[in-house]
Amino acid sequence: MEEELTPEYGPKWSDQRVERMLGALVCFVVGLLLAMIIVVFIKGWPSFAHNGLSWFGPGGDVDDQLNAIFLSGQSGAEYVYTFHAWPLIWSTLLITGGAVLIALFSALFVAVFIVEFAPDWMSNILQPVVRFLASVPSVIYGLLGVLVLVPFIGNNLISEPQKASVAGVISLTGYSLLAAVTVLTIMIAPLMVSIFSDGLRSVKPGWLEGSLALGVNRWRTTWKIAVRSARPAIVAGTVLAVARAIGESVMLAMLSGSVGFAPNPADGLIFIYEPSRPLAPTIIKNIDQLSSPPGSATLFSIAAVLLFSAATFSLAGSVARRAMRKYGAA
Amino acid sequence: MEAATVKKGAVEGSATWSLVDRIGLAICWALGLLFCAIAVAIVVYLFVQGIKFLKPSMLVTPAASGFTESESGGFSDALIGTLIVAVMGISIALPAGVAIAVWLVEYGRPAILARITESTIEAIAGIPSIVLALFGTVIFSSTAVGFLSRETEGVVFGRSFFAASAMLSLVALPLIVASTREGLNSIPRHVREASYAVGKTKAATTRRILLPSCRPQVATGMMLGLGRIVGDTAIIVVLLGATQNFAPVEGAPFPLNYLRGAGTTLTNFVYEASPTGNLNQPQKAYAAAFVLLLMVLVLNGAADVVHRRARKVGTWSS
Repeated sequence: MEEELTPEYGPKWSDQRVERMLGALVCFVVGLLLAMIIVVFIKGWPSFAHNGLSWFGPGGDVDDQLNAIFLSGQSGAEYVYTFHAWPLIWSTLLITGGAVLIALFSALFVAVFIVEFAPDWMSNILQPVVRFLASVPSVIYGLLGVLVLVPFIGNNLISEPQKASVAGVISLTGYSLLAAVTVLTIMIAPLMVSIFSDGLRSVKPGWLEGSLALGVNRWRTTWKIAVRSARPAIVAGTVLAVARAIGESVMLAMLSGSVGFAPNPADGLIFIYEPSRPLAPTIIKNIDQLSSPPGSATLFSIAAVLLFSAATFSLAGSVARRAMRKYGAA
Repeated sequence: MEAATVKKGAVEGSATWSLVDRIGLAICWALGLLFCAIAVAIVVYLFVQGIKFLKPSMLVTPAASGFTESESGGFSDALIGTLIVAVMGISIALPAGVAIAVWLVEYGRPAILARITESTIEAIAGIPSIVLALFGTVIFSSTAVGFLSRETEGVVFGRSFFAASAMLSLVALPLIVASTREGLNSIPRHVREASYAVGKTKAATTRRILLPSCRPQVATGMMLGLGRIVGDTAIIVVLLGATQNFAPVEGAPFPLNYLRGAGTTLTNFVYEASPTGNLNQPQKAYAAAFVLLLMVLVLNGAADVVHRRARKVGTWSS
């Protein structure tokens, strides 16, 4: 320890210098994010400029439009930008919404179970299980979905009359909303469970004891006191899960069916068996088209929409978490 | 802590509850068991399939072009590619993440910049990796960084191990920052003051006292970050070039020619070998997925062990 006291950090490692160096790094990272936002929007601008608000609207077949865009880039004729992304957006909304709703319900119950009701041995099993499910790479979920879940849905759940009834419009093979939503739920629920249970754990024990002392049973106490005071955590977890779900590309590229088709809930329950393709997989499926100007503008415009929505959701989540800290619940 | 033990000791049974409450508890149990069942099913199924289809020769033979599963070789290039990407990605993300965390906790002036940085890190955590990948193609296709990838007649290819690792480090960065911050925040004020009192500068305190004592948290963050890097697919598909073998750049010295060239990783291999990919060799996809899952399991287990040990040892207040 003797030599530790000698001033080994001379002017080279003076405080001001270190602070400036670290500050420069931080500024670089912040600048990188800003540059990313700006670059993605600028690169995608031609597509937005040509389509205006109808970029977000329905009209025509998306896959035909994408093909026309990519062909015009290769042939060198006048570039085509016409692109109406509604089926892709609708598919994103359906898959994300469905998965988040199911995951919210089940994650809430599981988090309550882990924190309050599970016996010690059970919560000691469940916690690593949740962490494991959160860390399985999405491509493995995709592979299992393609090789196990999709054939099961295609062969067992969808009946022949159902296949025949929509044969003129689209073929039902098992690549479906159902498969995508199921697997996406398994992917995002663990994230929600871990944030929810952090929130539930940090509820002040005095509040719960007060309720218990009034003769309210543990179940009611948990739901009326603990879950309610952990609301910011529940909002934060849900919002972060939405951001994750919107950006999921690889698994959905494998499972959603890769058809630019908008399943219509008005058709009855059959719509959950119909294929579609959300926004993020559209990019990864057409990544070869990045070299042609109209193709790259279209892909970057999709990326800009994804970036905007995911960043909005994750910022909203962090604001909710900050509120949580303020009320002493984390 | 005290309240929890008391509560566990005197558990009120559910027998006195109303029916609705008991149904709720049953749903809790059912969902908890369902989670366990899903996890067990994934592990067992992949282990069974992996052991059935994985041959040791696959780990050492590169992929070859062929029509049947027996002709097309193994995935040694993918395995090595995963290791390269993991090492390179984490060696960017670890120093940067620790430095950002140190700045946030120990310096953090001006306050407005600290707020912006926090939001930036959270935003990076939320950005879809496919968007990061597209941004990467823009950066690494510019002629200024042409030396990082293949360059033919002034046109920069922009797909290389350098490009993919740089973008993957952004995926790991938020995890490392969060974990290191947690560690630094858990060190009480008086430890720093004791160090200042013997004449250490802030920089020396950080380097000699604070960082060594939050080593477990840094390690946890690193493992989690590695898990994310190893498991990411979108960035690899976009930024590493769609090949199944190494494509070294000619005319560069040894490690650089491979690092500047395109390549593949296990995630990319699984993606391509699945029935929706270009290769469509489900058996090999299972084998590669099994190896990938093993890696992720080991990384997660290591993070768990480190984290638990840190909790047992690291109590400054006692």
